[in-house]
Amino acid sequence: MATAVMISLDTKSRAASRGMSDIHIRNLFIIPTILFLIVFNIFPLIYSLGYSFTDFRASSNAPANFVGLQNYRELLNDPFIWSNFAITAKYVIVSVTGQVIVGFGTAMLLNRDIPLKGLLTTLLLLPMMLSMAVVGLFWKLLYDPSFGIINYTLGLGSFEWLSNPDVALYAVAITDIWMWSPFVMLLSLAGLSAVPKHLYEAAAIDRAGPFYTFFRITLPLVAPILMIAIIFRTMEAFKTFDLAYILTSQPTTEVISIRLYKMAFQEWQTGRSCALAYIVLIMILAITNIYVKYLNKVKER
Amino acid sequence: MRKTMTGLVAGVGLMWACGTSAQAQELTIFWAEWDPANYLQELANEYEAETGVKVTVETTPWADFQTKAFTEFNAKGSAYDLVVGDSQWIGAASEAGHYVDLTDFFTKHNLTQVMAPATVKYYSEYPANSKKYWSIPAEGDAVGWSYRKDWFEDPKEMEAFKAKYGYDLAPPKTWAQMRDIAEFFHRPDQKRYGIAIYTDNSYDGLVMGVENAIFSFGGELGDYQNYKVDGIINSEKNVKALELYRELYGFTPPGWAKSFFVENNQAITENLAAMSMNYFAFFPALVNEASNPNAKVTGFFANPAGPNGEQFAALGGQGISVISYSKNQEEAMKFLEWFIKDETQKRWAELGGYTASAKVLESPEFQNATPYNKAFYETMFKVKDFWATPEYAELLIQANQRIYPFVTAGQGTAKEALDALAADWNATFKKYGRNK
Repeated sequence: MATAVMISLDTKSRAASRGMSDIHIRNLFIIPTILFLIVFNIFPLIYSLGYSFTDFRASSNAPANFVGLQNYRELLNDPFIWSNFAITAKYVIVSVTGQVIVGFGTAMLLNRDIPLKGLLTTLLLLPMMLSMAVVGLFWKLLYDPSFGIINYTLGLGSFEWLSNPDVALYAVAITDIWMWSPFVMLLSLAGLSAVPKHLYEAAAIDRAGPFYTFFRITLPLVAPILMIAIIFRTMEAFKTFDLAYILTSQPTTEVISIRLYKMAFQEWQTGRSCALAYIVLIMILAITNIYVKYLNKVKER
Repeated sequence: MRKTMTGLVAGVGLMWACGTSAQAQELTIFWAEWDPANYLQELANEYEAETGVKVTVETTPWADFQTKAFTEFNAKGSAYDLVVGDSQWIGAASEAGHYVDLTDFFTKHNLTQVMAPATVKYYSEYPANSKKYWSIPAEGDAVGWSYRKDWFEDPKEMEAFKAKYGYDLAPPKTWAQMRDIAEFFHRPDQKRYGIAIYTDNSYDGLVMGVENAIFSFGGELGDYQNYKVDGIINSEKNVKALELYRELYGFTPPGWAKSFFVENNQAITENLAAMSMNYFAFFPALVNEASNPNAKVTGFFANPAGPNGEQFAALGGQGISVISYSKNQEEAMKFLEWFIKDETQKRWAELGGYTASAKVLESPEFQNATPYNKAFYETMFKVKDFWATPEYAELLIQANQRIYPFVTAGQGTAKEALDALAADWNATFKKYGRNK
């Protein structure tokens, strides 16, 4: 390994022969990037960790007092925060499950020989290219009980999607599913196209049914790439803010990011909100770790 | 060489002097994005023509206003010289040292007498009754009501209403009458609804809406002197007021659970509701035929009285403050001196701004200028406001968390919601050492 590094830094490398040595490249590109990361990512991260143990409020001129684990203790004993976590968990489960079903299902359909396949795929990818704010406002109009096209099409009269506290979270999740299923579809398509054709041919010779073929060939081979899609979408859904904030202001849709925003920028409880941000970070890391372990197991099979 | 050096020093000195003077020739006022900010810019243009000092009114959407203002204050930024800040901010901004103390300015210009008493109390003074002032009342505002005169004056409707309720259909004098009228006009099958009220819980919309009922029912949010809330915010009067507000929600158009000033004006312009709650500052759009096709048939009335005849309204509006980190504080004070002059206040009102000057408000000229100015004048002498303590945002969020599920979804009872709110507020005041 050390030899490899030495070779890469060798001034007589190919880059050097083109007029720029590896050391120059390191000085010009790598060191500034690392410095940039330290200044804008690592330093604020450590700084906010420090604040999470204080009673600091950015809106006051009072100095930050060290309060130990008080912020963490209070947050973990706050029923409102747990309710926000429960709402977030429910949202993540509904939204990611929906995206996997719709995205993978669409990919299965597109994996066949159908006319205008390329155009269809491109059109299906459009939702995820739109801005969250635009999607939020667009769906707000679609859900409108007076003139929204959803109620009109489904014959639901003046059914209230966003005002009804029992339904609002599902309405937000449906919007998220619409927007991000194409992402799952795209990754699934890549996975499906990589499944060797001869396996299906062998299954056909053995007269295996479609159910057997799907569960014994398709799903196991696509599973690793599908797991990657699930990891990305879970992390994103856990952090969701824009859609829920724009679409509705129901307490039943107050996911943890919205609570965090309010705590940090409306209430100016800076220390406390830093602590909450760390709790959220730890949770996301834990969930991601579980997924990654599972992904590795799937790969090993 | 000596001559050259002298010339150079003189040149640099002149440049420095000119630079300083040029710096003081510009002022920036920060405000939210709405019509009064445009009127203020027009007024400021007249100040520029008179004095040569350029004043720019920089705006941001209401949703960002608080966050953007406090982010700048917290960074001790000098991007703005003055801010027309919300009345609730005064405790947080003054205690943190973001606003310049204007007590001497107030005394010198006798502003406690010049401005309407309620505006001084809520836009300028902090703590309550301390005689310390941090803002000059700039945009007076309060909640009032608009209604569809054509619906109310239709002979058939009048007859049907009298037959059903036993009294004449007219703009309501009490909250009980308002409930009857809202019920009467609530006809979902015709896509006509009874009333539009504030329900948005992302900032102060819902709370201000509920305050209109609470204050008129004779209730209070708490004792602002000693921060006592238990038995006050959850009093019997407040419970009745909140129950009525919930009942009125049942007569709003469908999907009315995130509605504030924009939607409530739309309720009138789009033929949705018979009556609509809104701040007076949004009424100019309702008398303008370009923005309201029903302008000719839109009427206005002040917040009705409660069961015991008490009549109050939730305060809106803002005072203008000098920001401590401004590099042009002297120039900003000169602008304020010009702003409080009688003729400037008169002009401010002519442009569409809601002056807080008692003299202008009392003048028949002002009261007859628009169909709603008289109602505004009457309301501005009976307004009350939310807590202005530095932790107001926490109190506001707690109020939203407790009241919103009851009003829009009927979860629990009004008593349960207000009892829980009393406990939350009590704990918050305890946390900040106010209520020991």
